Amino acid sequence: MPIDPVVAFGTAAAAALIGLGVSHAIDGMSPQPRGPGVLTDMVTLAPGSFDHPQPGEFLRNNHPVPAPVAKETVETPLEIMKYQVTASDYDRCVLDGACKPADSRLAGNVPATGVSFIDAQAYANWVSEKTGEAWRLPTDVEWAYAAGERFRADIEGAAGDPSDPARRWLTQYRNEAALARKPEPEPRPLGAFGANSKGVADVAGNVWEWTSTCYVHATMSDGAVASSISNCGVHVVEGFHRTYMSNFIRDGKSGGCAVGTPPDNLGFRLVHDHAGFLRAALRRLGLT
Amino acid sequence: MLTRREALLGSVLTAAAVATVGSMPAMAAVNDVAGLPREKVTLVAPPFVHAHDQVAKGGPKVVEFTMKIEEKPTVIDADGTQLNAMTYNGSIPGPLMVVHEGDYLELTLINPDTNTLAHNIDFHAATGGLGGGALTLINPGEQVTLRFKATRPGTFVYHCAPGGAMIPWHVVSGMSGAVMVLPRDGLKDEKGKPVRYDRIYYIGENDFYIPRDEQGKFKKYDSAGDNYDDTVKVMRGLIPTHVVFNGRAGSLTGENAMKAKVGETVLIVHSQANRDTRPHLIGGHGDFVWEAGKFANPPAKDMETWFIRGGSAGAALYTFRQPGVYAYVNHNLIEAVELGATAHFTVDGSWDDDLMTQVEAPKAIAS
Repeated sequence: MPIDPVVAFGTAAAAALIGLGVSHAIDGMSPQPRGPGVLTDMVTLAPGSFDHPQPGEFLRNNHPVPAPVAKETVETPLEIMKYQVTASDYDRCVLDGACKPADSRLAGNVPATGVSFIDAQAYANWVSEKTGEAWRLPTDVEWAYAAGERFRADIEGAAGDPSDPARRWLTQYRNEAALARKPEPEPRPLGAFGANSKGVADVAGNVWEWTSTCYVHATMSDGAVASSISNCGVHVVEGFHRTYMSNFIRDGKSGGCAVGTPPDNLGFRLVHDHAGFLRAALRRLGLT
Repeated sequence: MLTRREALLGSVLTAAAVATVGSMPAMAAVNDVAGLPREKVTLVAPPFVHAHDQVAKGGPKVVEFTMKIEEKPTVIDADGTQLNAMTYNGSIPGPLMVVHEGDYLELTLINPDTNTLAHNIDFHAATGGLGGGALTLINPGEQVTLRFKATRPGTFVYHCAPGGAMIPWHVVSGMSGAVMVLPRDGLKDEKGKPVRYDRIYYIGENDFYIPRDEQGKFKKYDSAGDNYDDTVKVMRGLIPTHVVFNGRAGSLTGENAMKAKVGETVLIVHSQANRDTRPHLIGGHGDFVWEAGKFANPPAKDMETWFIRGGSAGAALYTFRQPGVYAYVNHNLIEAVELGATAHFTVDGSWDDDLMTQVEAPKAIAS
């Protein structure tokens, strides 16, 4: 009997949906491990505040300074994927015609890699459409909150010397070199890098993750950002360190970080947006 | 009056006489060599260069070097791509050997029985015998000693040349290096005024041709011999999969970036045994550049980019004037960024506002 492709795709999509939001862990409680190919396990983090070095480039009195640290608050429980989106989950989106095939040829229970910001967004839109729920990339703040003790931020070069722009540059170069991180190009199976104290797995392994936060140039005055210009053609990428990549880049090694530590791989994980979900539900009920 | 035949004969006789005359001092020289002082030099892995005098002390001598050939798999990029490397002394490129004009370079070349292939060495600095290649072919388990007179000052490539199709394959598997023959009185600028360097770095550039599988992924082979057929197919396309400095993309960056200070003069020797290249120091220049590497010619001045012909080594002298991180690249930027030919210098010192200043930092366009 010939397989009806519509049915077959529908089955695959349904299989993807079954995994959605089913398994939860609250603040560091590990969920039961799931079989490969299941869309995702989620971790829900209680709201909270934390000190966060801001992403972007910062100037004070016309010279670069380290990123200011701001008190950031996650207002509502943050429901984020425990693991990065897998190659098999991403392939379902490809099969459905909503995502471009990833550059990585790896399949199965490994993170989807070789994907750009544009690809990650396409996947989030596809999942949202299939589930009728709001799924999106985390912001830089949300990612840092979930990363907990594994968050590193940018590799800084100390305060700039206005009379010597090279000093900060050299310090930064040496700080990065001193980390002596060796390239590790081959993505590993989910969970290979273990979970952090919040139960979020594979943070700062060898897959850097796209966020929804745009790259920004900011000018500081009296410790606060006085003005800024953002460039949303470039987004914040998080992992072993924080860096910035053009939206269309799929291979971090050629996409930025001209010196030092380029991302081994680019992948992503999503957050399940309850506020968005509520809005969507209300919309469906015709209440908005 | 000479007949044509007599003239021809005469010229032959004259040539023979010249040859005889010429060979007499040469014979004498061989005898002289026995009486010359000898110096044994231990080679160091590039980008570093063994200690040497820039101006020769005393008369000619015999400088003895030893190199062991090592066949070994080596990783050439951040993706873990493997080359079944063939190396002189374990490094790509092989070490830089420095002598002075009129010295004799005496190399003992060892091919341990752990290797699988026959190798030799062709010195572009040497005269006759295919650069020494004809006298140095050794099988695994053998060693050979060759001596040649350094008659011409300059930087010269050496490479493996074991005959026919083996030649390019051995070279693109890593078997090349360079010799620097300094003038006895040292380097000179275009007016004949002495120039000296505080540091010297040796950069060997390689083009590699790694075969891919059906899915486009680089293939791995158990031994050099296993890759031969596939590799030759890629080589014949003339488009390298990798163009790198010192054996590996990123080998001269980060912790291994080359170092200098503002005010220091650095001599950069750059060899490419197989393919043309065009070094450029981003944010710097070549104060004096022996593009073709031969020191009897006056150096070009104030170069932005210089051209190293495939099969040659060049030398560039630069005094750093500004601190910071400098990229030293093959200025085919695709080869520099995508294929790997980028090195870094970190240079300490005080910033010179006169040479460069950011008048105004980035800000919103004034309306």
